[in-house]
Amino acid sequence: MLLDGKKLIILGDRDGVPGGAIEACCAGKNVDIVFSTTACFV
Amino acid sequence: MDLENQKRVKALAEQIGRENIVVLLGGADAEASGLIAETVISGDPAFAGALTGVSLGLPVYHVLEPEVRREIDPAAWETNVAMMEMVLDVEAIVKEMSSIREKLLS
Repeated sequence: MLLDGKKLIILGDRDGVPGGAIEACCAGKNVDIVFSTTACFV
Repeated sequence: MDLENQKRVKALAEQIGRENIVVLLGGADAEASGLIAETVISGDPAFAGALTGVSLGLPVYHVLEPEVRREIDPAAWETNVAMMEMVLDVEAIVKEMSSIREKLLS
């Protein structure tokens, strides 16, 4: 398992998949999100 | 990759230990995602941020790659990612990410 038991650094993108959406996908999994952000290039 | 984020990633890798970390990207295109992947594996290619000359060697995947998708609940995927999966060039992103990992993360 790639994510199981891991500390996740999430670097989302407002024009792609935002950090919040990736966080939501990880809800309930055995992971620890240690940093999440969403880049915005406007 | 944003200079502030480079600082955060470097600090987290030092605090937590790189062997416990996975980086997940949501980049809009293959090129930008590839540059971020390169930065967290072998250092900032633009020689501008805290990761200049720092090879963290972190495992990094785009959320649209099959290795990640297969671990995510299908309902959560549908709600949060499926729409962007339809508009982004998934094939190019997967190809670029695999190529960067193969080249730099061995």
